[in-house]
Amino acid sequence: MEILDHFALGFGVALSLQNLAYCFLGVLLGTLIGVLPGVGPLVTISMLLPVTFGLPPVSAVIMLSGIYYGAQYGGSTTAILVNLPGETSSAVTCLDGYQMARQGRAGAALAIAAISSFVAGCIGTLLIVALGVPLASWALRFGAEDYFALMVLGLVAASVLTHGDMVKALAMVVLGLLVGLVGTDVNSGVERFTFGLPDLADGIGFTVLAVGIFAISEIVLNLEQKETREVFTKNIGGLMPSWADLKTAFLPTLRGTFVGAFFGILPGTGPSISSFSSYMLEKKFARDPSRFGKGAIEGVAAPEAANNAAAQTAFIPMLTLGIPGTATMALILGALVMNGVQPGPSVMSRNPELFWGVVASMLIGNAMLVALNLPLVGLWVRLLSIPYRWLFPAIAMFCALGNYSLNNSAIDVYLCAALGVLGYVLAKLKCPPAPLVLGYVLGPMMEENIRRALLLSEGDLSIFVRSPISLTFLTISAALLISMVLPAIRRGKARVDREEAGAV
Amino acid sequence: MKSNLTRNQDALAGLLFIGLGAIGFAIALGYKFGTSIEMGPGYFPRILSLILIGFGIVTFVRGVRSGTEIDGVWAWLPLALLTLSIVLFGFLIERLGLVPALVALFFIAAYAGHEFRAREVVVLTAVMSLFAAVVFVWGLKLPYSLFAWNF
Repeated sequence: MEILDHFALGFGVALSLQNLAYCFLGVLLGTLIGVLPGVGPLVTISMLLPVTFGLPPVSAVIMLSGIYYGAQYGGSTTAILVNLPGETSSAVTCLDGYQMARQGRAGAALAIAAISSFVAGCIGTLLIVALGVPLASWALRFGAEDYFALMVLGLVAASVLTHGDMVKALAMVVLGLLVGLVGTDVNSGVERFTFGLPDLADGIGFTVLAVGIFAISEIVLNLEQKETREVFTKNIGGLMPSWADLKTAFLPTLRGTFVGAFFGILPGTGPSISSFSSYMLEKKFARDPSRFGKGAIEGVAAPEAANNAAAQTAFIPMLTLGIPGTATMALILGALVMNGVQPGPSVMSRNPELFWGVVASMLIGNAMLVALNLPLVGLWVRLLSIPYRWLFPAIAMFCALGNYSLNNSAIDVYLCAALGVLGYVLAKLKCPPAPLVLGYVLGPMMEENIRRALLLSEGDLSIFVRSPISLTFLTISAALLISMVLPAIRRGKARVDREEAGAV
Repeated sequence: MKSNLTRNQDALAGLLFIGLGAIGFAIALGYKFGTSIEMGPGYFPRILSLILIGFGIVTFVRGVRSGTEIDGVWAWLPLALLTLSIVLFGFLIERLGLVPALVALFFIAAYAGHEFRAREVVVLTAVMSLFAAVVFVWGLKLPYSLFAWNF
């Protein structure tokens, strides 16, 4: 059995002392920031990117992905106990989780959240293997034109499916592509958009952009509102859910897992949409929908399963095709590139220890998370008493020092501050930052592939429609764009966006 | 519908995109365009800049039509203070060393918050400076002096 060999290899990598430590550090940090509202995985991962520089790529990804899926666990704790979403993806968990807590069943809600998260996390990880392996071997046959078309599809889908306005999302993609061009052109050696600064000859650093756009602007957005965080220390109750609870939660967990797995794979959608959709689905399935919002256990199990499944399956396009679907995946992909791995379908054959090691670490990490979250829940809740006014200067320190430490360059720090201003203005104007980062990451690869494709076809643009694979991708992209122009669908999406906002 | 342009979310976004696209296009005019077979360094940037301007115009027009305003207020002061704190950190770390740079960063950044409690900021600065010194300078062996005088 080849697959067993692969898992043996993966566990061999993931169980090394160093990688176990990084996995633990990742899920610990993930839980921590998951519990704290206002500090999410995006901010944390961008902040810690510089620290992963120089680590073996597999350790870097193990730690960063631990932060990502760990945050999905931590977010539910805050939602259930304090009625505040620790992460946006756990916003719907507040609805029924907090009601359960008020009825004195906080322990059961926390346990169900952890168990359904664990089940979904494991199924999601296995799906990475089940779908990723065939996907990667199929993608090995791609030519340059197919790759270009695939990236177009990824970017279009991410803009169309993302929350909010499509035109602005597409504009952000294009802006990201332009930012990605800064630096020396590999083909001609011409320095583009460098303003004569030698520091920009290698382009705008990935961490500089990520920290500026995500972390710094996020702090300012948080500072707009006065913090109103009340901490209730209350009796959590027995941590063991009853047999009846488990039985009621069983099917919703599985349904949530599959809803989450579906949205996780799609570009532009992620844990937040997944948890929201699965909640809506459970309401439709329920025999008595009026129980929802009053402490229905399905309303905790399904969304928590969905956001964890989505967090895992989001890795599929990133690890197997080298195409990130969400901003977090773009950050992790960036960490790979920074540490010398050329992303794409060949990762699995050329760096099998990376793919299988990360997959194995996810199974280990999910188990660690259950152990971390349930018995220590009291500790996590106490974390909520840390005021944001202590947190944000510390985040600013990591942003500044982290970026400085990469090249020992003050210019990087200034640039990061400037991008923070741009990020804040864009965020205020409701221009989604994720497509910008996706464009930035994919831009250089797109240019390289279109150049190669047109060189091989001697400038004949029809190569993009002559290759069936490329034609399929471009047709889907066009269909997505056209469908969003149709008024009926646009109104439907606007309604979903509103409902989603209303549920928060 | 001619609401205040400075609060019109999409009109401002459109102007920003048009402006950035125009700057990009103007700069890219200096790079060789090439042909489709042999794309020059100016090919991709010029096309992208034009697309960005196009999206900017669409966004602007929609903003003027709908008049949707931005949510809340512009937090210019916190933004300026936070930016200043980070810039000052970059400026000071090479001249006065890590600790003074962090002191400047923490005090100015903390001032961007809603409450500034001097005693808390002193403690926070001390704890985090110690943390940074232990982790980055002794742990990761980064070559920064804690205090310096390089002018």
